[in-house]
Amino acid sequence: MKTFLFVLLLAVMPAWAGGSSGPKLDIGKGGQCVEAPEFMRRNHMEILQHQRDETLRKGMRGSKYSLVGCIDCHASSKNNSVLGSNENFCQGCHAYAGVRMDCFECHSSKRKTVAEAGK
Amino acid sequence: MNAENPDRRKFLGKTSAVVAGLAIAPGVFLYTTAHGRAPGEAASGKVRWGMLVDTTRCSSDCKECVVACNKENGLSGGTKATDPQWIRKVELTDKKNGRKLSLPVMCQHCEHPPCVDVCPTNASFRRADGIVLVDRHRCIGCRYCMMACPYKARSFVHETLTDQNPDVPRGKGTVEACTLCVHRLDRGELPACVEACAKTGRRAILFGDLNDPESEISKRIRTVASVQLRADLMLNTGVRYEGM
Amino acid sequence: MTTYDKVETRNFYLLVALSGLVAGMGLIAAYLMEEHGHVITGMNNQIVWGMPHVFAIFMIVAASGVLNVASVGSVFGKAAYKARAPLSSLLSIALLSGGLTVLMLDLGRADRLMVAMTNYNLTSVFAWNVVLYSGLFSLAAIYIWTMMEKRMNVWSKPAGFAVFAWRFILTTGTGLIFAFLVARQAYGSALLPPMFIVMSFAWGLAVFHVVQSSMYAWNGKTIDPEIHKRMRNLLGIFVIAVLYFVVAYHLTNLYFAKQTAFERFILVEGGVFAVLFWVGYVLLGSLLPLLLIFLPGLEKVRYTVMASLLVILGSIAFLYVFIIGGQAYPLSIFPGYETTSSFGDGQIASYAPSLPEFLLGLGGIGVAFLMTTICVRLLSMLPHDIPDRRKRDAL
Repeated sequence: MKTFLFVLLLAVMPAWAGGSSGPKLDIGKGGQCVEAPEFMRRNHMEILQHQRDETLRKGMRGSKYSLVGCIDCHASSKNNSVLGSNENFCQGCHAYAGVRMDCFECHSSKRKTVAEAGK
Repeated sequence: MNAENPDRRKFLGKTSAVVAGLAIAPGVFLYTTAHGRAPGEAASGKVRWGMLVDTTRCSSDCKECVVACNKENGLSGGTKATDPQWIRKVELTDKKNGRKLSLPVMCQHCEHPPCVDVCPTNASFRRADGIVLVDRHRCIGCRYCMMACPYKARSFVHETLTDQNPDVPRGKGTVEACTLCVHRLDRGELPACVEACAKTGRRAILFGDLNDPESEISKRIRTVASVQLRADLMLNTGVRYEGM
Repeated sequence: MTTYDKVETRNFYLLVALSGLVAGMGLIAAYLMEEHGHVITGMNNQIVWGMPHVFAIFMIVAASGVLNVASVGSVFGKAAYKARAPLSSLLSIALLSGGLTVLMLDLGRADRLMVAMTNYNLTSVFAWNVVLYSGLFSLAAIYIWTMMEKRMNVWSKPAGFAVFAWRFILTTGTGLIFAFLVARQAYGSALLPPMFIVMSFAWGLAVFHVVQSSMYAWNGKTIDPEIHKRMRNLLGIFVIAVLYFVVAYHLTNLYFAKQTAFERFILVEGGVFAVLFWVGYVLLGSLLPLLLIFLPGLEKVRYTVMASLLVILGSIAFLYVFIIGGQAYPLSIFPGYETTSSFGDGQIASYAPSLPEFLLGLGGIGVAFLMTTICVRLLSMLPHDIPDRRKRDAL
């Protein structure tokens, strides 16, 4: 009986991996990202962590990895933000993967021109 | 990637307007701020940003610098004990003779900042060009820097913030202070308080490169008496006051 | 060899439940502070360290001082104290845990503890403290092991020395937190590190007295009157020493013209601060305990416990005046000028401790209690003194 259940478990496991497509995202402006999507999926956290020190501590501006740049492209056209629902760019994947994001405690999630207009 | 071009165009537009303005209007406020740095260029120790506040031009009923700072950096402008204030107007009365004075106080951007000495994680740091900043990625909110600052320049964010200015990230649980509008400086603009003061016509705040002997601020410091606050602590502040 | 006894069962469960509840409420308070921000506390931009810090610093200083009992045994070779060394080390670990719990939970970004553990600013006392406090945990634990594991007994003396040296550095570090604040009139004094060391002796011993006497009472045992008398007198000496440092601190301050206004605030005009200082610390926290300790005819253990509790009360009062009074008094940015501003310049800052702060601070004490109760039950730490003096001194 135990063996049967165990084999059943194993057989069902691939289904746990979920759909191959992942979450449905509104990727804002879309088009060409600064790096390939597969690269970004794996490395955007390291890129951001490195870039934040370059920008803040060394004062190097205008990098292609600027967070404001990311948000400018990826903010949804519906609410001009990368947060707000599980369709929004950052929140969607992070909610799906269950990984907490610290960025938006401090950083605005809204596209810069809209945020400035709102001031 | 695309965000750079509109910014460059804006910057070029602004610079041309300013140069034109400088050429025409007499007595206009001259500044030799460095043009914004090239993308990817790090801040350099060759420059040291500083300010000179002429207290004789400052009036008790003007707080345009405070208003401008609040607007630029997304501060609420409230004055509850838990509200952040990056710059404040201080009213002084000389105890000996009753002389009254008004001046703005903000982070003094010391050369030997006590806040940098005491910060356990190096979140409080001094950028190469003299601006003292809080790296809010590293700040753990221990508030030791607030205890250490002789000027009470720092504020703690006591509540959740929303709708921050994208150029000025700020968040609950971290410490913050005047950044000399580093996001504007890096684009070649002046700090908001300096610009606002100039707009009122008082022009009480002079901003510039202390390391450049030909800058307006360096020339003025050489000719007119000015003091640093708490000079006895020998912190060599970047902000100086004239007329005290 | 010494043998150890277990704590009585009923008291055990009661104490675990009580301290668990207090610790739990502290955790809830910490959660609320994390969720809503420090705006729900009484702390603000003028008083940045409040009630939680008063409790935390008491516990951390007492944690260092309670090890004195062990040091007198291992380092100075007094056998009666040696029997108490395991309990003293355990109390140290428990108090340190409680104090650090409060400090870490009060951080604005408590979730960034990893950042604090991996980014060190070598000029910052706080960064040194991360190493010093963790080190004390390890050393105290190793010390207990050398005393309780027969094969390791030969190492207990070097371990005792290591703990002794380490905690001196640690308490100096605690004093330096304040000593390095050059700009504040209450701090920025080289007197503070030695003052904190002596305070740790007094507060640590007071805590030890309370715990030891409770354990003896609940086990229906009595402590040897000789040992009790010696330890009681030691507490008296330490209380006098602390008083000496406090007097030295204030007298020196009074001598400096630029400090007299601050001193007048703390000692005379400061309202709650002056009351807490004179009544809380001097009268109830120092003079009354000294009477209870040194007046003839008061040899019973209950008077020692009373004196110890008063010393602890006095220490909280002292820390409140020191930490919060030191922040309430305005910074002297413009000497010679009267100052006003929207940011509290020139004004005495007001502070009203809030419920979350009290709960958090008490929660730390709850954690310390909980740890002590459970460990004492598991590890049998009641000191068992050999009644024959000759046998004991021969050890």
